Amino acid sequence: MMTTFFWLLALFMLLLTLSVRPMGAWLAPLASGTLPGRWRAFDAALLRRLGLNDAGMGWRDYTLALLAFNVLGAVLLYALQRLQGDLPLNPAALGAVEAGSAFNTAVSFVANTNWQGYAGETTMSYLTQMVGLAVQNFLSAATGIAVAFALMRGFARRESGDIGNFWADVLRIALYLLLPLSVVLALLLVSQGVLQNLSGYLGFDVLAGHGQTLAMGPVASQEAIKLLGTNGGGFFNANSAHPFENPTELSNLLQMLAIFLIPAGLCHAFGRVVGDRRQGWAIYIAMSVLFVVAASAIAWFEAQGNPLLSVLGVDGSSGNLEGKDMRFGIAGSSLFAAVTTAASCGAVNAMHDSFTALGGMVPMLLMQLGEVVFGGVGSGLYGMLVFAVLAVFVAGLMVGRTPEYLGKKIEPFDMKMVALTILVTPLLVLAGTAVAVVVAPGLAGMANPGAHGFSEVLYAFSSAANNNGSAFAGLSANTPFYNAMLGIAMWLGRFAVIVPVLALAGSLAAKKRLAPTLGSMPTHDGLFIGLLIGSVLLVGALTYLPALALGPVVEHLAIWATH
Amino acid sequence: MAMTTYHPASALSLPRAAVLRPALTLLLFLALLLGLLYPLAVTGLAQLLLPVQANGSLLHDSNGKVIGSALIGQAFHGRGEFWSRPSATAGSAYNGGASGGSNLGPSNPALTKVVAERIAALRAAHPEQRGPVPLDLVTASGSGLDPHISLAAALYQAPRVARELKRPLAQVETLIAAQREQGWFGNAQQARVNVLQLNLALRRLVAG
Repeated sequence: MMTTFFWLLALFMLLLTLSVRPMGAWLAPLASGTLPGRWRAFDAALLRRLGLNDAGMGWRDYTLALLAFNVLGAVLLYALQRLQGDLPLNPAALGAVEAGSAFNTAVSFVANTNWQGYAGETTMSYLTQMVGLAVQNFLSAATGIAVAFALMRGFARRESGDIGNFWADVLRIALYLLLPLSVVLALLLVSQGVLQNLSGYLGFDVLAGHGQTLAMGPVASQEAIKLLGTNGGGFFNANSAHPFENPTELSNLLQMLAIFLIPAGLCHAFGRVVGDRRQGWAIYIAMSVLFVVAASAIAWFEAQGNPLLSVLGVDGSSGNLEGKDMRFGIAGSSLFAAVTTAASCGAVNAMHDSFTALGGMVPMLLMQLGEVVFGGVGSGLYGMLVFAVLAVFVAGLMVGRTPEYLGKKIEPFDMKMVALTILVTPLLVLAGTAVAVVVAPGLAGMANPGAHGFSEVLYAFSSAANNNGSAFAGLSANTPFYNAMLGIAMWLGRFAVIVPVLALAGSLAAKKRLAPTLGSMPTHDGLFIGLLIGSVLLVGALTYLPALALGPVVEHLAIWATH
Repeated sequence: MAMTTYHPASALSLPRAAVLRPALTLLLFLALLLGLLYPLAVTGLAQLLLPVQANGSLLHDSNGKVIGSALIGQAFHGRGEFWSRPSATAGSAYNGGASGGSNLGPSNPALTKVVAERIAALRAAHPEQRGPVPLDLVTASGSGLDPHISLAAALYQAPRVARELKRPLAQVETLIAAQREQGWFGNAQQARVNVLQLNLALRRLVAG
C-alpha cells in the first residue's frame, strides 16, 4: 500500500516540478506588468473601456481598493443567495438561503475559504452556484495573487511609493491566467465524466426497482476554478469524493495538480521578479520538503487502519476505508488530503473526520502552520515570504547583524507587520476554539464523543482562520453560533493578514536595495532552506502542540492503548 | 523608521467615489464574464464534444430507459446480486441527491457498533467464507455513492451469488474477472469492480 502511495507521490511531484518553470514564465510578466507586445494593446483598450487604468498605487490605496472590491463581492453574493428563489436558473426550485448561512457563505467564498456549512445540491440554485459562488472563486483567487504580486514588487522595486494597481491586477489575473486555465481543466474533467449541463435533477427507476435521483448541473466549470483558485467549495455536499466531481484516478491526479499549479508557479515567478531565480527555487524546495513529509505521514497513519475494527474480524491490511471511495483508496485519498490542506484549498475526496486520529491530525497541522506549504494561490507565497523575513531576522539576531532579505534592510516597522501577520490566525484559532468548547451552542455541534469532538472544533477554527475550508464534517456548523464565529474567523483570517502584508510591501518598496556583500547571508542555499523550514515548524509547533495533544493525540493513545 | 521614507503617493489619495466606481464596474463585468459567459461556453463545448460524459455517463436498458449512471453506485440487497458498500447518504442509502459520508470518527463507539452489525450480517449471509471480512463491505464511502467494491469484496460474495442463482462458482468468478478494473501502479488492493455493471452482466448471464 505504501509502495503505491510513493509511486503516486513521485509522479505527482515530478509533474508539479515540471510545471513550475512554465507557470513562472506565465505569471512573472503579470506580476511585473510587462505584458508581451500583442497583449499590451488589447489590455490597454480593455482597461480604458472599463474606465480603469494601471497607474501605480501606494499601499494604502491598494488596500482600500482591495477591501472595497471584496466587501462589494460579499454583498452581491449575500443578495444572490437571499433572492435565488425569485431568480432564474433554479430548476430544483430552491428557496432563499437562511440569513446566517448566507452570511457565512458570502464571507467564506470572498475570503477564499469556501467553508461549506450547507449541502450544495439541496441549497444553492444553478444561478447562485455560477454567478455567485463560481465568480467569487475567481475573484478571491485573483485577490490573493494580487497581494502576492504586490509583495514581490515590494522586494523588487527601489525607493518607490507604488506597489501596482489593484484593478489592473485583478482583471489581468482573472482574464489572462485563471480563465484560460479553467476552460482547459474543465474540459479535461468532463472527459473523465464530470458533469457539465443545465438539466434538472434526473429521476429514474434503478435496477433493483426503487427510484434514484441524480443531482445534475454545470459542475466541471465550477470544479476547475475551485481547484485552480485553491477555493475548495464543491458543487455537491461530498465535494471531490462525489463521482460526478471526481470520477477517476486520472481526474484525481489532475485535481491535485490543479491545486498546486499556481502556488508552485508563483515561487518561480517570485524568483524572476526579484531578479534571482534561485530565490524562488529555495522557497519551492522548502515547501516541497514540508509537503512530502506531511503527505507520507498521512498515508502511513491511514495504512495502519483502525485496530478497534480489526479486532471485530475485518481485513485490517486494507488500512482505514471509512469515508474513502474505492477508486482513490488509501494512496489517492491520503495524497489528496495532504494537497488540499497544505494548499488552502479545502476540497476533499475523503472524509477527514473519519481519518485515523493522527492521519487526521496532519491535515490539521498543515493548516495551522499558516497555509504556507504551497498555501492558497498568492496567500501561500506571501505567507511563506513573511516567514522568510522572520527567518533572516532570527539569523540576524544570532550573528548580531542588521537582517536583510534580497537587499532590503528589515527594520522595526517590517518586523511589526511580520509579527502581526503571524499572530492573527493563531489568536483566532485558539480563542475561537476555547470559546466554542465552553459554551452550549458550541458543544452542541460536536458529532463525535470525547477527544474527537474537540478535534472537530479545533479543525473547524483552524480551517476557517487559515482560509482552508475543509472540515471534520461531522460538526454541525450550520447553526447561528458557528455561522457567526467561523464567519468572523474567516474574514479576519483573510483581511487582517492581507493588510499588514500590503503594509510590508509598501515599506519594502520604499527602501533602497543594497548590493550583497561578503557579510550578507545567502537566502538561496540549503542553510537558509533549513532555517525557513525551522521557523515555520517552530512557530506552528509552539502555538498548537498543546491543543493537538488534547485532541488527536489523546484519541490516538486511547485507541491504541487497548492493544 | 521606514515609515518616514515613504513617497507621497502612499498617502491615502483616492476619494471614496474613485474606489467604489471601479470596484462596481469590475465586479459586474467579471460576474457576467466568469459567472455566465464562462460556464455557458464550457457547457456548450462539453455538450458538443463530450455529450455522454457531460450528461452523467448514463446507462440505458434495451428499451432506451435510463437505469443508472456508470459512475454512481446503487443500493443492492437481493440475494442473487452483488451488494454495494454501505452508504451514509441522507434519507436513504445511495441517495444521488444528497451525497456524503458518515463522518464517524475512528474512536466513536457508534462506528464500532455499526461495523460489528454489518460483519454479523455478512457472515450470516456467507457461511462459506471463514476468513476476515473485506473492510470496504462494512465501511461507508466518502461520497455515499461509491460505484465500486474491491475485487476481494466481489470474490467474497461470489459463493453466495452462485448458490442463489444455482450457477457454478467458476462462472460467477469469470464474470467478476471480466469486470475487474486495475488500480494504478498495479496495486492489488485497489483492484475493483463496478457493482452496477457487474450486476448488469449477471442479469445478462441469467437471462441466457
